[in-house]
Amino acid sequence: MIEVEIISGRTIDQGKTVEEKLSEEYFKAVSYCEINETDFKKLGLKEGDRVKVKTEFGEVVVFAKIGELPRGVIFIPMGPYANQVISDDTDGTGMPRFKGVKGTVVKTEEDVKSVRELLGVE
Amino acid sequence: MDAVCTFCGNVCDDVEFDVNTQKGKRFCALGLAKFREKERIKSPMIDGKEASYEEAIEKAADILVSSKKPLLYGWASTVNEAIRYGVLLTEKVRGVYDQCASVCHAPGTLAVIEEGIPGGSLGAIKNRADVVIFWGSNPLEAHPRHPTRYSVMAKGFLINDRKDRKVIVVDVRKTKSAKMADKFIQIKPGYDYAIISALRALVKGEDIEANEVGGVPKEELAELADMMKNAKYGVILYGLGVTQSRGRDRNIENAVKLIQLLNRYARWIIWPMRGHYNVVGAGEVPAWEVGYQYAIDFSRGYPRFSPAEFSAVEMLLRRDCDAMLVVSSDPAAHFPRRAVEHMKNIPVIQIDPFPNMTTLLSNVVIPSAVAGIEAEGWAYRMDGIPLRVKKLVDSPYWSDEKILKEMLRIVEEKLEG
Ligand code: SF4
Repeated sequence: MIEVEIISGRTIDQGKTVEEKLSEEYFKAVSYCEINETDFKKLGLKEGDRVKVKTEFGEVVVFAKIGELPRGVIFIPMGPYANQVISDDTDGTGMPRFKGVKGTVVKTEEDVKSVRELLGVE
Repeated sequence: MDAVCTFCGNVCDDVEFDVNTQKGKRFCALGLAKFREKERIKSPMIDGKEASYEEAIEKAADILVSSKKPLLYGWASTVNEAIRYGVLLTEKVRGVYDQCASVCHAPGTLAVIEEGIPGGSLGAIKNRADVVIFWGSNPLEAHPRHPTRYSVMAKGFLINDRKDRKVIVVDVRKTKSAKMADKFIQIKPGYDYAIISALRALVKGEDIEANEVGGVPKEELAELADMMKNAKYGVILYGLGVTQSRGRDRNIENAVKLIQLLNRYARWIIWPMRGHYNVVGAGEVPAWEVGYQYAIDFSRGYPRFSPAEFSAVEMLLRRDCDAMLVVSSDPAAHFPRRAVEHMKNIPVIQIDPFPNMTTLLSNVVIPSAVAGIEAEGWAYRMDGIPLRVKKLVDSPYWSDEKILKEMLRIVEEKLEG
């Protein structure tokens, strides 16, 4: 397990598929997290493995990828997966904290849920 | 056919699209994906069963009229004409109007209320800016043609080529945009406020005691402060990296103060990189109608503004609304998990061209025409310039404007009833 700060944000693939949210392409575009290479190795991960990301606001299983990030920072594309773990406290502004939420990452054998499963509807 | 792109806040008005061959010219990858044909919501639906437009609008009006405090949310991806009916509708049903900026750039609105905004247009940036700072924004992935049309490679009256411009990217990640910059300054997450404060001190000529701030060595900050002071025309183009991190509205307030200070030495402006093509309109239209940009409550019969109470996320977290109308937006995908939970407990009406995660929770679904392809209207570009988006093809779908106008008419009838 490692401790991390979680950042979410736009990616070009998220933008390209944002009007096709029930498609496989959108699922691929938003259901992963990028991890610094040293942290990735420390967690014993191979490309395509899954990790569980946990914060005080929730948890989510996503695919793991190596990304160009500082150690201790992970990136999840904006969307339903990131939103399971980001901070819903808006501090009176209406704006949740989508970036810079503290949490943990571990390797997991659990499956990545579909967007329907995440919502809890069929 | 000449078209205007309705994906991002650049609202590129130089593109062409052929609906028959599905081919476009001058689009970026995002714009092209937007214009290509894709799966649509096929017909209006009530509780999963197909219905006519008239039946679905009637049902939606029933829900709105019988709820105590409905939340009418979205509006960033539609035209001003539709938004105007949305504001009037919210007032009629004594609901709450909120829009996508409340989870995007609205903290900047709070800062502007406090400090004003020393701003300018994209044209001024293209023609004059010799120092361009992207702060917590990643145009190559969010506004791919911004650098070529306006801010990096663009030629202008005083800018002959790329060498006449210094481009700096400040971010916590080395994004694609960081790679196009002359200089990339990597900061620690959540340290924007502290770094801006340090820059304010350095620009004033004061010393700072710390050797580094937010992961940036003092010498690098001093160099940046110097470059800012010596600019002819500088601009900070900030993104959600600043508004969605620790500090939120306070980060923008501090940045505006830095710009005010810089204007004693050089000409500087600051501007947000707005995301959806008409998210500016989603704030401007209610501002011309009732004086506020977002989080507007009409339950007492007059408008009140309070993001701590009436922004969509706060309303949902506190279970303060008993029905929701979602227009051209997908809060079920983009809100924090606990806010989405309440959407499952209340009737939800959706107006949108495409099936999305909110569709899966909606009791009434009303498909609409895509503005910029199947419907026309006015939209504000990210710098507040209004542009007319086009209709390229006839479609069986009603426009947002027509749906909302009809919904307002029926609501009025029911209320008078
Ligand atoms: S930059 Fe934005 S407006 Fe221009 S073509 Fe790309 S998506 Fe469309």
